[in-house]
Amino acid sequence: MHPALSVIVFTVASGIGYGMLMLLAILLPTAAAPADRLFGAVALGLALAAIGGGLLSSTAHLGRPERAWRAFSQWRSSWLSREGILAVLSLLAIAALALVWPILAAPAPCIDATVILAGLLSAATVGATAMIYRSLKPIARWHNGWTVPCYLALALASGSLWLAWAGAATGEADVMPRSLAPCLVLVAAAVKAFYWRHTDRMQPVSSIGTATGLGGFGQVRPLDPPHTAENYVMKEMGFRIARKHAAKLRRIAGGLGVVAPLLLMLAGWMVPALDGPTILLAAPVATIGVLVERWLFFAEAKHLAMLYYRADVA
Amino acid sequence: MTGLPTPGATRLGLVIDLDICVGCHACAVNCKEWNTGGTAGPLTDLMPYDAMPDGVWFNRVHSYEVGDGAAGRTVHFPRSCLHCDNAECVTVCPTGASLKRAEDGIVLVNEDICIGCKLCSWACPYGAREFDEDVGVMRKCTLCVDRIYDEARPEAERVPACVSTCPASARFFGDLGDPASDVSRMVEARGGMALMPELDYRPTNRYLPPRPRGGGCSSHLNSPALEPAVPEGTGFLGWLDRLLSA
Repeated sequence: MHPALSVIVFTVASGIGYGMLMLLAILLPTAAAPADRLFGAVALGLALAAIGGGLLSSTAHLGRPERAWRAFSQWRSSWLSREGILAVLSLLAIAALALVWPILAAPAPCIDATVILAGLLSAATVGATAMIYRSLKPIARWHNGWTVPCYLALALASGSLWLAWAGAATGEADVMPRSLAPCLVLVAAAVKAFYWRHTDRMQPVSSIGTATGLGGFGQVRPLDPPHTAENYVMKEMGFRIARKHAAKLRRIAGGLGVVAPLLLMLAGWMVPALDGPTILLAAPVATIGVLVERWLFFAEAKHLAMLYYRADVA
Repeated sequence: MTGLPTPGATRLGLVIDLDICVGCHACAVNCKEWNTGGTAGPLTDLMPYDAMPDGVWFNRVHSYEVGDGAAGRTVHFPRSCLHCDNAECVTVCPTGASLKRAEDGIVLVNEDICIGCKLCSWACPYGAREFDEDVGVMRKCTLCVDRIYDEARPEAERVPACVSTCPASARFFGDLGDPASDVSRMVEARGGMALMPELDYRPTNRYLPPRPRGGGCSSHLNSPALEPAVPEGTGFLGWLDRLLSA
């Protein structure tokens, strides 16, 4: 599948913002995170910027962005519609949280109720985003049980790193238990490794034989294509990258998204003087890794329609 | 509404005979011609006179080699929307622009409300939908809905443009929901195939498989006249053969 930059930026950025809210919904009511107003302003400002920027980026993928409001109507059947509604509801909840926490400093029960609501809506939004891909039968790399866990785990891991960033930036060293971010990064790495292991070993259910109905007559080989230049279907569904690049990019994603932030956090833990700078560095470095991972999520996905053009690519 | 209707009694669609199709692309060309001027038009062409022309077509004709040796054959394969009963291009649509009609089963795009998110094209395993970069909306085969119900035309012309133009009569249009219709009987008699049945999209359109080969000239590889010449060793030709072989 063609890796559209607008969709990659949207899923990664909104994952960061929603991941931060999912974690705050647990950390704030249990008093594991400080109710400090400056920390709240920076954390929620970051989350709102990531989600808002991501949503704006996603409209760049549309042919008619001025009609985007129409996407809220078909929630009964469409995961994209559900995602749109949930995204707006969670944005409203986060805005309400910004009002009661950093702006008004309302009583704790009020803040707790709002952050739990925002966290639940955020988790539902990330789940709906993943379900858009999970529900597409023609794309086997997406249509499997690991897609939704991947999106949730990566949102939590990158959200934890940026929450730590907000803490370091505001001088709040203990915004969460020390081991939380490294653990979430490791969990995300494990889930993504299982995703790759599973999707690398999948046996295709369809072939050029079932796509044309001609499989019973022998091996089917494309002879003449229908058109001399690439059409929309080939450009959108036929994006291919060399396998050696895929393997290299997976290592880059793992190095930047997992190894680098873990080493940085370890360095900060062993040398207290480095604690702040390493955390400030860990989140952006890991985000580059997640962007590479998301690029691969699209670029490695093969679409069954390509069977009609080249038997070996779907 | 992007929920799928309960399949009605009428299921309009195409039957394509792969035994007859000669791969002339007339159906694709007439489809383009009709639909660029019909209610679905214009169908965008991008850089039509350039080295890499691009544009929206509802119908594409592939050619395949099938089988090997004496059993091998060339099969021409027109590919367009199959108007599935379980059309996931419809259910994934966030706006309701993608729809399946209850009264005749035709799958359409309402281009006035389509936002061009392309998700329906991702949901279609048959590659039947093409994005129009000029207008920013998704396009697809309408089964010539603006022809087949046009009472101003003589009844014989109320068929999709691809069917009316096929010079080999390889394309048939009719009600596949009616077991007594000509197209249904054709599918029954010839073992009409649904494409990728394993995905359960339940396409309406059917493809009639190539007929089994008979004897005679159907395979030149077995023709005695084309066996390598074996010199008899006698007469002038035999003498010439020995002379040249020396």
